[in-house]
Amino acid sequence: MAALNGAVENGQPDKKVPPLPRPLRSLEVKYTKIFINNEWHESTSGKKFPTYNPSTLEKICDIEEGDKPDVDNAVEAAKAAFQRGSQWRQMDALSRGRLLHKLADLLERDRVILATLETMDTGKPFLQAYFIDLEGCIKTLRYYAGWADKIQGRTIPVDENFVCFTRHEPMGVCGAITPWNFPLLMLVWKMAPALCCGNTLVIKPAEQTPLTSLYIGSLIKEVGFPPGVVNIVPGYGPTAGAAISTHHSIDKIAFTGSTKVGKLIKEAASKSNLKRVTLELGGKNPCIVCADADLDLAVECAHQGVFFNQGQCCTAASRVFVEEQIYPEFVKRSVEYAKKRLVGDPFDARTEQGPQIDQKQFDKILELIESGKKEGAKLECGGLAIEDRGLFIKPTVFSEVTDNMRIAKEEIFGPVQPIMKFKSLEEVIKRANSTEYGLTAAVFTKNLDRALTLASALQSGTVWINCYNALYAQAPFGGFKMSGNGRELGEYALAEYTEVKTVTIKLSQKSP
Amino acid sequence: MKKQGSDSNPAPVLPALPEPLRDLKIKYTKIFINNEWHDAVSGKKFEVFNPANEEKICDVEEGDKADVDKAVKAARKAFELGSPWRTMDASERGRLLNKLADLVERDRLILATMEAIDGGKLFSTAYLMDLGACIKTLRYCAGWADKIHGRTVPMDGNFFTFTRHEPIGVCGQIIPWNFPLVMFIWKIAPALCCGNTVVVKPAEQTPLTALYMGSLIKEAGFPPGVVNIVPGFGPTAGAAISHHMDVDKVAFTGSTEVGKLIKEAAGKSNLKRVTLELGGKSPNIIFADADLDSAVEFAHIGLFYHQGQCCIAGSRIFVEEPIYDEFVRRSIERAKKYTLGNPLLPGVQQGPQIDKEQFQKILELIESGKKEGAKLECGGGPWGDKGYFIQPTVFSNVTDDMRIAKEEIFGPVQQIMKFKTIDEVIKRANNTTYGLAAAVFTKDIDKALTFAAALQAGTVWVNCYSAMSAQCPFGGFKMSGNGREM
Repeated sequence: MAALNGAVENGQPDKKVPPLPRPLRSLEVKYTKIFINNEWHESTSGKKFPTYNPSTLEKICDIEEGDKPDVDNAVEAAKAAFQRGSQWRQMDALSRGRLLHKLADLLERDRVILATLETMDTGKPFLQAYFIDLEGCIKTLRYYAGWADKIQGRTIPVDENFVCFTRHEPMGVCGAITPWNFPLLMLVWKMAPALCCGNTLVIKPAEQTPLTSLYIGSLIKEVGFPPGVVNIVPGYGPTAGAAISTHHSIDKIAFTGSTKVGKLIKEAASKSNLKRVTLELGGKNPCIVCADADLDLAVECAHQGVFFNQGQCCTAASRVFVEEQIYPEFVKRSVEYAKKRLVGDPFDARTEQGPQIDQKQFDKILELIESGKKEGAKLECGGLAIEDRGLFIKPTVFSEVTDNMRIAKEEIFGPVQPIMKFKSLEEVIKRANSTEYGLTAAVFTKNLDRALTLASALQSGTVWINCYNALYAQAPFGGFKMSGNGRELGEYALAEYTEVKTVTIKLSQKSP
Repeated sequence: MKKQGSDSNPAPVLPALPEPLRDLKIKYTKIFINNEWHDAVSGKKFEVFNPANEEKICDVEEGDKADVDKAVKAARKAFELGSPWRTMDASERGRLLNKLADLVERDRLILATMEAIDGGKLFSTAYLMDLGACIKTLRYCAGWADKIHGRTVPMDGNFFTFTRHEPIGVCGQIIPWNFPLVMFIWKIAPALCCGNTVVVKPAEQTPLTALYMGSLIKEAGFPPGVVNIVPGFGPTAGAAISHHMDVDKVAFTGSTEVGKLIKEAAGKSNLKRVTLELGGKSPNIIFADADLDSAVEFAHIGLFYHQGQCCIAGSRIFVEEPIYDEFVRRSIERAKKYTLGNPLLPGVQQGPQIDKEQFQKILELIESGKKEGAKLECGGGPWGDKGYFIQPTVFSNVTDDMRIAKEEIFGPVQQIMKFKTIDEVIKRANNTTYGLAAAVFTKDIDKALTFAAALQAGTVWVNCYSAMSAQCPFGGFKMSGNGREM
């Protein structure tokens, strides 16, 4: 994954290893209200909702609970900020890019605060929040800052006497509904291309994890984005979320979350105003390990691939297919890795795995683990909660898994690694593809031909070869089939946040 | 170059104009190779002058073939597979370019003062326009660094094919004296963005800001050898670059005459790739339905900007007959308003020409105008007793066969001619071996778009002149150049 980029001094990478960052003790949560027009508002209803630390199970604080009237206010503000002649619409594209760069600068400045907040709110290990989540946020903002003044239409040679060109215009008011597994990162994945293309936003962060999204509201204001360009309404899916997906003045919605809710959103978009939809949904991602693979690499990547972020990744390597010949050795080494995995306080620098996000997820994961045992998979290690420690689950490995088991079909979103066996290439391609998901896939092999054959054959939005979770701002990401619609990151995301207008002008006579 | 945007644009507004630095110390006068400062192998130095008062500013190390060889070796090493520059993430290259932009912003006052003294450029223009363009161009190219995409290609047969857009290698870049710093940035920014290494030869008249940039490049953290700067003369250091067997590409901005020599040398040596930004004799076409005030102003600035020393100078103004007299009258009025003098002082609108050679050439062309029968409306001779100043000069009743209508003057001399019909003016506008820029002033959409298609020029401006921005490609048709910058 994104490693720490050492400073480059006169062309030589910085040899000194900087000390590890430390989380802030007793961090005061300053931003708990609804952010509209660069101001903080209370909810129209007067209601608040609590947000918890999944590690300690203690309430962190109360947050203003946004609902339809608050979403309406936010949309009004976003619409006004998008009006013809507004500050935002008149701004040079280069200046939009500068604002995104400055926002990245402020994230760098407040990196420890944000990483601390993210750990408090999600339970993810602090060093991962700092080095992976925040690194991704900063780089993504800088990547899209660079695109802002390079969004080009085309001139087109049409028949007869016409001058024809396209404009790639911003879509307008974009709704963004973000998940709880990478709260700030998933927000930046939407915010950066949306703002880069000149849109305005109404954001609903997950109710479990609103803190970093609200903090970024304060940075948006500090950087100098005009009021109304970014608005943030914390609240629940069926209320605030639904208000966004059904809203008649929202031009586009971007959602990251479960496939189940993604379907509701697309339905609501159709029923209301045909708003454009991009979805990043679930996955049941195959990780194919061939006999000629570098076994250590494959074991480590498959391990991190499924256990990273407490298993709570849409990219989780939750079906590991291992070629028969190396299967026993692979299982043995994977179990070793799983047993070594340190589960504990996410603020401890040694912790690799924190708690699951909430009781609902926790219960669902344990239920699926039970189904694995019942349906005949072999429990190699783990398989239960870490007693008296709240929402912590032991890293769990199942072998002898077959394709019809629930743990081979349903997205677990927890620290559970199902390992299956395969014989031939054609067989594993069929099995890997026989799912309605299609987000990512990974292949471990040294053979060029096999790697490229699998890369073509797998029905996945991303195929990793001899690596896992290699995600970078420059490379597009998204799902085939029911893992999603559209792409985030890379140049491709720009198409999701622009509307193409063709202008055709009649001339009195044909021009060359 | 006009300021873009309006009052409702909240982000980067033009900064307030400070005073130029007094007693500017010139710290960097040596040859910059591998992030270090070197004396010339020959031991020779050359003098750099302030064209406003003809006084020497300082001596600079004079690079020649031996120094170019050293620089190319350094650039080649920095480009080796596995070098820090080749293995650096593309996004990190972008970060370095942005860092360089930050440093240019920090030292904006130093660079602007230096550019004004070395180049005879108005300080206000140097600070607001030249430095503004440098910073924006660096940031624009920084943004492209990690977005240089190849393609995967569906080939026939059992093949997997994709393209890589690789850096060319060691790029020689020869910079002119009219916009020394801006042209330096226009060359290094895209070259570095794409991962090349460079050997730069700034103009002998104006090496100072390029050498200062060497210190900033080192400070920003570019690996040694990525940027090398060899001040010197064209026939020696410049020719060494264009003939060099280990330079993969040469980029040149300057006269068409020298551009031809460079392309020839490239062909004779190792077929190095060539881009050229050369001269122009750009037509500016004013229709009777134009906004006359706007047209007069744009035509004026389009010619007189930086003492007429612009490749894009609108040096053939074609005015539709019905408004010809009024246009000439207003243009003369506009030209007469000028105060000439020390370009560092506020209230001065025109500085000196760059050197004696240019000064004499411009005066000679003015004389030819008088001799060949153009009507001298104002100006027409030198100004002041020190420095290379020429009075703003306007000729009317110019005909296409006169030297002032055919040759690039590169001075404050405006030619105004008359035309009757669209077809006639298209023919006359295109009747030149040049093809850099052109403009048309009209409110009629049909006319505007017809001219946009019909004019043989790399840039066509409609109802404006000199509108340039880092995002827009720029370059010449025909003998105004090969290839595009920006």
